[in-house]
Amino acid sequence: MRVTVTVNGEERIADDVWEGESLLYVLRERLGLPGAKNACEQGECGSCTVYLDGVPVCACLVAAGQAESRTVVTVEGLASDEGLHPVQQAFVECGAVQCGFCTPGLIVQTHALLAASEGVPSDLEIREALAGNLCRCTGYEKILDAVRQAAGRADG
Amino acid sequence: MDFLRPLTWAEALEMKAERPDATPIQGGTDVMVEINLDKGRPTALLDLAAVAELAEWTRDNGTVRLGAGVSYTRLIAELAGDLPGLAQASRTVGSPQIRNRGTVAGNLGAASPAGDSHPPLLATGAEVEAESVRGSRMIAITDFYRGVKRNALEPDELIRAVRIPVATGPQYFSKIGTRNAMVIAVSSFAIAFDGRRVGTGIGSAAPTPRRAPEAEAFLESALDWSGPLDADVARRFGELVRDAAAPIDDVRGTRDYRLHSLAVMARRTLTWAWEDHLRCA
Ligand SMILES: Cc1cc2nc3c(=O)[nH]c(=O)nc-3n(C[C@H](O)[C@H](O)[C@H](O)COP(=O)(O)OP(=O)(O)OC[C@H]3O[C@@H](n4cnc5c(N)ncnc54)[C@H](O)[C@@H]3O)c2cc1C
Ligand code: FES
Ligand code: FES
Repeated sequence: MRVTVTVNGEERIADDVWEGESLLYVLRERLGLPGAKNACEQGECGSCTVYLDGVPVCACLVAAGQAESRTVVTVEGLASDEGLHPVQQAFVECGAVQCGFCTPGLIVQTHALLAASEGVPSDLEIREALAGNLCRCTGYEKILDAVRQAAGRADG
Repeated sequence: MDFLRPLTWAEALEMKAERPDATPIQGGTDVMVEINLDKGRPTALLDLAAVAELAEWTRDNGTVRLGAGVSYTRLIAELAGDLPGLAQASRTVGSPQIRNRGTVAGNLGAASPAGDSHPPLLATGAEVEAESVRGSRMIAITDFYRGVKRNALEPDELIRAVRIPVATGPQYFSKIGTRNAMVIAVSSFAIAFDGRRVGTGIGSAAPTPRRAPEAEAFLESALDWSGPLDADVARRFGELVRDAAAPIDDVRGTRDYRLHSLAVMARRTLTWAWEDHLRCA
């Protein structure tokens, strides 16, 4: 089947999509957007997190056909021509990236957390918000540092 | 595989009548895991996500009609006051990303004995509004669960909504798991006071979610509804809840641990509910 979806502000068409295929597969294998990662394909790790109509979801659990005529933003859509998004910059500066596999999902989920927060979220709020994003490398402390730094920055 | 994409509820019912073999998909948090891990391939997917009617809830005559497409995230944000027990259970489901997609109707469709919405639905006496081209019917929640991952829906039926009484008294949900997030219940329990009626729901400790009718009847007769909670009454309530369960040993926990934890959760949730009851009385 054909799926038409707006990704990072651009209308994209994927052809020959299998009906049981996930949005994650379409993004990575058909639209050339490998930012969202495929690690578990069962919703457990959050490395495939993208925005679907403004809501962060696991792209591995969205059927491709469910994204028809809808709007997706992936990690590739967050940086601008001027450079990295402040959330991305904070992850780099705080050493929150080791192998990097979890990073795109954490960036999108952090982006969503900060967009919904007024001021700097508490550590409990950060932990709750990121509970669905697994990282096997960092031990999470640097990730928390990065979120706090990005939150401070977003506040100006 | 076919992908069916109705845009209205009427269309969805017609498609389901024509293709009773089609697997409905709402949030996809159960359905897509099965497909991704190749645990059986549906002949067709019936995508309900674009049916706008399902994404709404209404409150009428003391009952919330929760559309099948309302996510846990929205339930928590919009209905925690009306449905505190169900909202508490919803907060424990998966992760934010899972709660953004997953629905109570999907939990009912999957009918896993461990599903977190079941205990509060049982404790509050909810009803499932099932519909097909033949008409609509209300299924009492106690009649809905028919076995491990089996429910009372006919092949041509879809869940339109779940009807849940607005809380009139304290409600609590408790769940045992290995961590705070992303955990399938080892065991779970819900309690709801409605005037002087007590409702219960047991999860993950029998082939289906179930109530503990003897524990409910005992409490209703043993409570004096004014003074402090008698420790013996609370303990006995816990034992009767435990005795209503029929758990198994599996990878998540043993039968004995499930029984023990149920007695503890029943006693604790009763204690919390009682504190609220005294505060409000
Ligand atoms: C990582 C992860 C963590 C999870 N954690 C939890 C947890 O903590 N607690 C918990 O209870 N569950 C958990 N789940 C399971 C799942 O999220 C829930 O069961 C959820 O409620 C399913 O809702 P859905 O809308 O995504 O259902 P879907 O996957 O879309 O559907 C589930 C089932 O319901 C049927 N169905 C859906 N809508 C209808 C309808 N309107 N009429 C008839 N049938 C319908 C489908 O055909 C399917 O059989 C988890 C899942 C994942 C992937
Ligand atoms: S790949 Fe989607 S959650 Fe792990
Ligand atoms: S940096 Fe390797 S998984 Fe997080």
